[in-house]
Amino acid sequence: MGVQKTALYDLHKSLGAKFVPFAGYEMPIQYKDGIVKEHISTRTHAGFFDVSHMGQFFLEGDETLVEALEKIIPSDLKSLKVNHSKYSFLLNDNGGIIDDLIITKTNKGFCIILNAACKENDIKHISQFLGQNHKYLLNNDLSLIALQGPKSVEILEKLIPGVSELKFMTGNNFSYDSESLYVTRSGYTGEDGFEISISNKKVNNLIDFLIKNGVKPIGLGARDTLRLEAGLCLYGHDLNEKINPVEANLKWAIAKKRKESGGFNGWGKIKNLLTNGSEKIRVGIKPEGKVIARENTKIFSSNSEEIGFVTSGTFGPSVNAPVAMGYIKSQFSEIGTLIKLEIRGKMYGGKISELPFYKKSYVK
Amino acid sequence: MSEKKFSKKHEWVSLEGDIATIGITKHATEMLGDIVFVEVPDAGKSIEKEGQAAVVESTKAASDVYSPISGEVTEGNKAIADDPSSVNADPEGASWFFKLKIKDKGELDSLMSKDEYDKFCKENPS
Repeated sequence: MGVQKTALYDLHKSLGAKFVPFAGYEMPIQYKDGIVKEHISTRTHAGFFDVSHMGQFFLEGDETLVEALEKIIPSDLKSLKVNHSKYSFLLNDNGGIIDDLIITKTNKGFCIILNAACKENDIKHISQFLGQNHKYLLNNDLSLIALQGPKSVEILEKLIPGVSELKFMTGNNFSYDSESLYVTRSGYTGEDGFEISISNKKVNNLIDFLIKNGVKPIGLGARDTLRLEAGLCLYGHDLNEKINPVEANLKWAIAKKRKESGGFNGWGKIKNLLTNGSEKIRVGIKPEGKVIARENTKIFSSNSEEIGFVTSGTFGPSVNAPVAMGYIKSQFSEIGTLIKLEIRGKMYGGKISELPFYKKSYVK
Repeated sequence: MSEKKFSKKHEWVSLEGDIATIGITKHATEMLGDIVFVEVPDAGKSIEKEGQAAVVESTKAASDVYSPISGEVTEGNKAIADDPSSVNADPEGASWFFKLKIKDKGELDSLMSKDEYDKFCKENPS
């Protein structure tokens, strides 16, 4: 398979995008304004992101579909109401995270948004658990646009009346340009906003409208600084198959009912970790001064014992300081604990910080 | 000050007496994007031609800054370490990286003129 392009490729090009290969796609890393300006305009106004490389995976079936999915997804899918969404993961037999995802209950079943780099493998994994009466489809005819930032609601409401009524992590069908599209109030930047699932044929019209209303295009570079400030994980960096949800500090995403009754992949291990704690855990890290602790930076205790490593690190434009996340031995995970970071052979100070680095403003 | 000379690694140097001022080019800052961290050498440090002298990081990645000529550092520009974004604003002026007492003026001959450097950038887009 060659390099893939989204339906908006030509538009990105005309907007001055710099492209990078990402998960088999040519994707914009930034546009003319650059990462910092794109980041700030998302936080203060609104930005749109082409996330059409992510998988939009639709499942249909009866109650046995719910049972099948609950074996690999630790959400309470039985109680999930139509048009409500949850952040969750696909788990392997060891409780390791195969992918992190957003699952939404639809009229006929579920829609799962999968990471681009993982989607093919995810589908192989999910299909092993499905029965003959379950239907599934990775819909490549749909684009996915994230509209994020405080002005998102006011702007999108003009085009698609009714979206302002949506609460965070819920969605609905709306009509636009004589077609039906699906909008959820969600995102991955720490801002209020929407994700819009729209046909490849109509997506250019939607983007024209957004641009005319002052919404800036935002590339993967600012998507990364925004999500990191919001304390959100990036699969393949902060999460992988060897890390389980307890270590990832994501136990909040395992439904209360499922924590009690189990019945999902890796339950034995996860139950034990929920009771006894894990040896290592994901934390936020604030390096001292301006130095940036990038992925794989080694972390040491104040006594110079090696205690962990950084999985994501950058400069946070809204925090106006470097920010990072990583895994450390749990006894050093208390907020405020002083640590040392080895960068280019030199030791720099830092401390364990609360997540998120930047406080969100979701509409609940 | 002498006319600026340029290296293939996108540093510039200008000479006043035997003190060279060194920075990164506008072209380099455009490739790097938003600069968010800078580390400059301390006075007294000896640096060889093409040796690693400073660090510059953008939101995307970290890069080394090399010295186009040999010498002993007389001053690192602390102002750019305090405000890294100033490098994007004025890379070939106020936002120089460090000054060197040069060893061998002959080393400057291997560097490019402004015209040669502009041509080099056009032929080697990245």
